[in-house]
Amino acid sequence: MSQNGHKVIGTRPIRHDGVDKVTGRAIYGADIQLTGLLHGTVKRSPHPHARIKNIDTSRAEAHPGVRAVVTAHDLPQIADKLADLGEAIVNLRDASNNVLAYGKVLYKGHAVAGVAAINLHVAQEAVELIDVEYEVLPHVTGVLEAMEDGAPILHEDMKTTSMGEETDKVSNIANHFQHKMGEPDDGFAEADVVIEREFTTQTVHQGYIETHNATALWNEEGQLTIWTSTQGAFSVRDQMAEILQMPVSKVKIVPLEIGGGFGGKISVYLDPVAALLSKKTGHPVKMTMTRDEVFEGTGPTPGSYLKVKMGATSDGRLTAATAYMAYEAGAYPGSPVGAGAGCIFTPYDIPNVQIDGYDVCVNKPKTNAYRAPGATNAAYATETVVDEISEKLGVDPLEFRVKNGAKEGTRRADGPVHPRIGCIETTEAALNSEHYRSSLAKSANGKVRGRGVASGYWFNFNGGRSAISVSINPDGTINMLEGSTDIGGSRASIAMQLAETIGLEATDIKPYVVDTDSIGYTDVTGGSRTTFGTGYAAHATGQALIREMKERASKLWDVPADAIDFEDGVFSYRDDAEKRGSFKEMASQAGDAGGPVVAQVSTNPDGSGGGAFATHVVDVEVDRETGKVDILRYTAVQDAGTAIHPSYVEGQMQGGVVQGIGWGLNEEYIYNDDGSMTNASFLDYRMPTTLDLPMIETIIVEVPNESHPYGVRGVGEVPIVPPPAALANAIYDATGVRLRDLPMSPPRVQKALAENGG
Amino acid sequence: MADRHDEARPDESTHSEIKPGTRFTRRGFLKGAGAGAVTAAVAPAILVSEAGTAAAQETEGVMSATISLDVNGSTHNALVEARTTLADALRDRLEITGPKVVCDKGECGACTVELDGKLVFSCMTLAMDAQGRKIETVEGMADGDSLHPLQEAFVEKDALMCGFCTPGFLMSSKSLLDANDNPTPEEVREGLSGNICRCGTYPHVFEAVMSAAEKMRKGG
Repeated sequence: MSQNGHKVIGTRPIRHDGVDKVTGRAIYGADIQLTGLLHGTVKRSPHPHARIKNIDTSRAEAHPGVRAVVTAHDLPQIADKLADLGEAIVNLRDASNNVLAYGKVLYKGHAVAGVAAINLHVAQEAVELIDVEYEVLPHVTGVLEAMEDGAPILHEDMKTTSMGEETDKVSNIANHFQHKMGEPDDGFAEADVVIEREFTTQTVHQGYIETHNATALWNEEGQLTIWTSTQGAFSVRDQMAEILQMPVSKVKIVPLEIGGGFGGKISVYLDPVAALLSKKTGHPVKMTMTRDEVFEGTGPTPGSYLKVKMGATSDGRLTAATAYMAYEAGAYPGSPVGAGAGCIFTPYDIPNVQIDGYDVCVNKPKTNAYRAPGATNAAYATETVVDEISEKLGVDPLEFRVKNGAKEGTRRADGPVHPRIGCIETTEAALNSEHYRSSLAKSANGKVRGRGVASGYWFNFNGGRSAISVSINPDGTINMLEGSTDIGGSRASIAMQLAETIGLEATDIKPYVVDTDSIGYTDVTGGSRTTFGTGYAAHATGQALIREMKERASKLWDVPADAIDFEDGVFSYRDDAEKRGSFKEMASQAGDAGGPVVAQVSTNPDGSGGGAFATHVVDVEVDRETGKVDILRYTAVQDAGTAIHPSYVEGQMQGGVVQGIGWGLNEEYIYNDDGSMTNASFLDYRMPTTLDLPMIETIIVEVPNESHPYGVRGVGEVPIVPPPAALANAIYDATGVRLRDLPMSPPRVQKALAENGG
Repeated sequence: MADRHDEARPDESTHSEIKPGTRFTRRGFLKGAGAGAVTAAVAPAILVSEAGTAAAQETEGVMSATISLDVNGSTHNALVEARTTLADALRDRLEITGPKVVCDKGECGACTVELDGKLVFSCMTLAMDAQGRKIETVEGMADGDSLHPLQEAFVEKDALMCGFCTPGFLMSSKSLLDANDNPTPEEVREGLSGNICRCGTYPHVFEAVMSAAEKMRKGG
């Protein structure tokens, strides 16, 4: 029995997909084999910005073993139309042009043609035989440069939208918006300490280790089936229907196991190309990206420039804050600057706030969601300034955060008022942690040590459509079909909520992620919504099953259904103690009273319910000579609402921290003057390995989410938000030098120390 | 990089034992990749002559031959090109898909298999070069229905999230424990440093390996 009277929730059962994944049996996208399978690959632009004057595919088509070549001319040209892909609003014309470039290439790695051949080597040879004539154009890869008058323009027809109105100005600024609350000038006038700082962050990639893949079969009846690796099978179906201009009823998406997504596996890249190649050849076509294609041809998260100003009174009360946020959208509009703006000051109760956000096109891949998209860039700025203010005021940085923390009733600068949230509880738990209360021993090896803290917020999407379909087996076990692809253990966390509701064990539920023809529409696994939203549907499914089983018991016992109770997993008739049976006992008989017991439920919660807060504490050791930062100890504290499977919550927290450490200390796209990424491999794009990390301690705080029957809050995204700022604050504590540019890699740290005498 | 991967070049000498104190770097490994590419370009003649009984055949300009591979104790025939890697031969020809292709450059460890008891990156090993050697993949770790203690521990400790890197981590962990049944946490970190997990499940992996080691020492 776990706490709160739950029997399953809060326990740590074995995950349903565990054995398949440790024996090599789990089937991922690239593992699929089909009869007559052809292999495809993509021709990509070597230029960051160029007009396509001509594409000659004749030499490639004549190459032995080549079956088909496709270009943007094989795609229907579609009009401007916005679509919600779950974590971002996307213009479908841009989405189509991103799949295969039309007219212009906008970044190095932009796809221009696809080839299908008898094997991958032949397809790769054929790619070299596609002759593309380019008119190379000037390019721009930095966000501030792209905003300047006279910068190379990516989209000659794109006019800046400012404060909700389209202007006449053609520029790379797709959108400028503003959130304003109170009077920041008055707030700063009240303040005794005002700090204003500038920050930059570089492009980083989600780095899911499974590369994108898609296998398409377009059969003679015009039915298209795609086996793929995605966070949202229905989102892929919608994108395919729009990009290929075909009815959704003609498209079936089969989601296979997914080797990581983190927000980056929602947009389609290969799927439409594989579909076109299959249509042309009549064969199934499999396409799998290489690692450098993933870096250069899919959506990373943006580089950004931020200027943040905050003011506080001498008694430690924040009075005003402003932010100027310019985020790179990449080749097409749609950076996560809006989300970043919604998060940037949200852990705090500040009466006067102004936030200006700019969405800016640059000659880099179109950005995409990456775990709390936009929030990590924002928190790097805010949390570093808060650290500086705390220091100036001579107060503990966590006590300062508790004093100014957001709570129920606090209004966010972008409008909404917080419901019950766990911001202050989380910060207090960090303040009271053994880690934070311990003293940091001095280094014995000439290096310097420091401790840093930072907080973070992510909205969590407390809504979205989810469908679940269940059938009860005579032995009382349940087959549970769901539409939410499982990127980190959600099959188990959803099955546990169904088991809890109907009084079974988690292992009695057999969860399956099924194709789009086999389940109702389900929104993407993203926005930290799945354990919340599909768990919400699982609870509703459990209620439906209980109602149905009462009906069956009513027939079997010949008593009124409304006189049957269900408590502690047992059905019983109020007036006769003999008439009782557990869920399993009743399941064995229920089929005799009306056929197999099944239930289908779909839900779409209203989106209320609060977001997720995290506060992290980190101890570092800095080598002044080399600039290398080693992490000695790390503690992540987070409000999980109710932790369904505490191991998974810890795993998500640790995983977010690891990615945040990579972002903070090493990861970046390094561009040369030609606009080419120079480090598109795991050797040179340095992700954390086993050698870079200590054990990461976790403290789960539970402030139940009032909009969920079990109090669930999404946990997957917020843990990536605090790490870069916590590290910057720790490096400052160690060296006396503030780092305001990510990543804080050895060369940058070394340079900063040399320049500032740290 | 003191991970446990042998260098895997299509050159007999590189399959020799790792000598104590030898340090391999990832960059050194990549140089091996360059050598592999050169060999692949001139390899068809070698393929035809060394494949022995297998006849080379040409289909639409692609020269292939059937080779025999000993995988997890069973002999499999596979039609491969000279340039086909062991990873591709296992995955595409034999449908042994536990080894995953992630970087295709020996940078991440997801394709790790054992070749005559030594760890190699199967993406950096030519299939023809694996003939006559004992290849062990994650599919061969369990004893029938009975999971290897490491597999059990990975499931129990939730040492996997998406599971894509897991086969590689398991192979590296097995090699580590085969050589050292009582590793320190630092030795576990060193031993697994050639494998990348982007879900960041490292803390649970460390727990699982330590737990399996203890169980194996007790005869589990």
